[in-house]
Amino acid sequence: MKKIKCALIGSGNIGTDLIYKIRRSKVLEPVWMVGIDAGSEGLTRARDMGMKTTADGVDGLLPYVQQDEIQIAFDATSAYVHAENSRKLNELGVMMIDLTPAAIGPLCVPTVNLREHAQRVEMNVNMISCAGQATIPIVNAVVQVQAVDYAEIVASLASRSVGPGTRANLDEFTYTTSGAIVSVGGARRGKALGIINPADPPMIMRNTISCLTDDEPDEAGIIESVLSMIEAVQEYVPGFRLVNGPLFDGKRVSVFMEVAGLGDYLPRYAGNLDIMTAAACRTAEMFAGEILAGTLQLEPRKIA
Amino acid sequence: MSSEKTTDVDLRGRKVLLHDMCLRDGMHAKREQISVEQMVKVATALDDAGVQLIQVTHGGGLGGNSLQLGFALASNEEYLQAVVPRMKQATVSVLLIPGLGTMRELQSAYDCGARSVHVATHCTEADTSPQHIAYARKLGMDTTGFLMMAHLNDAKGLASQGKLMEFYGAQTIYITDSAGYMLPADVTARVSALRDVLEPETEIGFHGHHNLGMGIANSIAAIEAGASRIDASVAGFGAGAGNTPMEVLVAVCERMGIETGVDLFKLMDLAEDIIVPMMDHLVRIDRESLTLGYAGVYSTFVLPAKRAAERFGVPARDILIELGRLKMIGGQEDMIVDTAMSMAKARGLLKDVVRAG
Repeated sequence: MKKIKCALIGSGNIGTDLIYKIRRSKVLEPVWMVGIDAGSEGLTRARDMGMKTTADGVDGLLPYVQQDEIQIAFDATSAYVHAENSRKLNELGVMMIDLTPAAIGPLCVPTVNLREHAQRVEMNVNMISCAGQATIPIVNAVVQVQAVDYAEIVASLASRSVGPGTRANLDEFTYTTSGAIVSVGGARRGKALGIINPADPPMIMRNTISCLTDDEPDEAGIIESVLSMIEAVQEYVPGFRLVNGPLFDGKRVSVFMEVAGLGDYLPRYAGNLDIMTAAACRTAEMFAGEILAGTLQLEPRKIA
Repeated sequence: MSSEKTTDVDLRGRKVLLHDMCLRDGMHAKREQISVEQMVKVATALDDAGVQLIQVTHGGGLGGNSLQLGFALASNEEYLQAVVPRMKQATVSVLLIPGLGTMRELQSAYDCGARSVHVATHCTEADTSPQHIAYARKLGMDTTGFLMMAHLNDAKGLASQGKLMEFYGAQTIYITDSAGYMLPADVTARVSALRDVLEPETEIGFHGHHNLGMGIANSIAAIEAGASRIDASVAGFGAGAGNTPMEVLVAVCERMGIETGVDLFKLMDLAEDIIVPMMDHLVRIDRESLTLGYAGVYSTFVLPAKRAAERFGVPARDILIELGRLKMIGGQEDMIVDTAMSMAKARGLLKDVVRAG
């Protein structure tokens, strides 16, 4: 079966883990890995796994986009360089999956709004943040039952799974995730809290989602909706697990989740990183499916 | 009162800046329910007693208002706007824990007159604070790096974390005994290690909790080892068994000849006449707060643990011990209910949810 050829930009933990996720896909094939350090472990590993690599950044990839038929690129670099990467690749008709906090394209949570994006032929979609991927499906599951005035999420991450970029820009994580609870999750107001826990052995990612409903919560409806949503996310993140709840306390609904990764390149406790790569891969698969079915045609385009 | 040399180290003439925590850590003891009027009343009395630095925010600091940490009666801005203009000599400070609060909220607190900030991280995660420390310095605020749950890092580790915060721009580095777990020798080792690596002009602070009754002894140990700022709270009003009780510390400092510039009798009157009557429960070493100190658990966890105990039928002490074993840290208040529920399930007191029909 024909597969859509992909490029991975950024040869760090996320990019490397993506290789494993994409190789497992029935509709995607990882072809290029782009880095900036020829000696990096990520590029070496990609070469060993049979991928083409460049250490010259995205410019090193551009001359090969057409001949190698690259149609989807994943960007796991930084918000600062993403805009340029996206512009250059969109011009060649390559669709971007953005795993940085740049968020120049619409925000995407696969189980909530992926189909809308695919139908609109978005050339750049953003994966929000690890906490966003892990919590917004639950917020939305409650919203599907009844109006939510306020949703608050608390993400606890193992210290070893939080890289220097996130550490130095914690406010960005907070703003992006808080905004997405509203714009994607559907709550009227949102707040995100992030805790970095150094326990050894490392703790598996935990997320607590609390919603304040306008009216008395429909307990049976919310339980059904939350459990169905968890099953939908488990299709691409099997380690997405309900630990406790839904717990009802007046108009407050609380759901206590755990996210264990697949342990591909990143360790299992780093469910936060795994859910990002899995969601990105899922998103690309949806677009790839439309391309292969002929319902979606990517065109070179100038970005304003 | 005459001072005499009472320890091996002569501390006579040493100057220490006391930083009051009643109106921030005390918020935890009131489940964040201190009114604006009460804030003003306490702050003006502290100002009158000569306390030079007074912290005023939600117990969880800027950004603390949340389902996770409770909603206060007023916003941080409302508290600050009411208190700051009433201060004759005191500076008002705030707490900022990156991940909970943001630079936008720091700017807003500054606009309301806050001029000092504890930028707080867990004791191993100082590298989550560079933006916030730099921002506070840019605003011209008195900026401290506040290393919480400091018993979970050793002296050498804390020294390197403190050095990082100093590099980001912090002017004072705090050893923060959030669990009230440390003993005086632990404090001495940690403060000494910081003193060895920090620039001479960088100050060292200590923030204690009284869960093992060590608030005063630990603060004196910190001063002996080179700390020049001590967080304390009138009547010990704070999370767990409370903070180091300030009036007691002032009395001890006077006996030792340590200069605080604070009026002891005014503080004693404030404690007795205003603070103690404000308390919902007597802040003291009881079974649960002693458990915090014994097991090394974040002091703020005690009241939510008691509520979870009532709801799920698992004793609060058991929940706290388990949270200590799981190495939960400040900010993970959601894990209190979660842990109580998991324990209740293991004990056959609670079942998983099931779909209707």
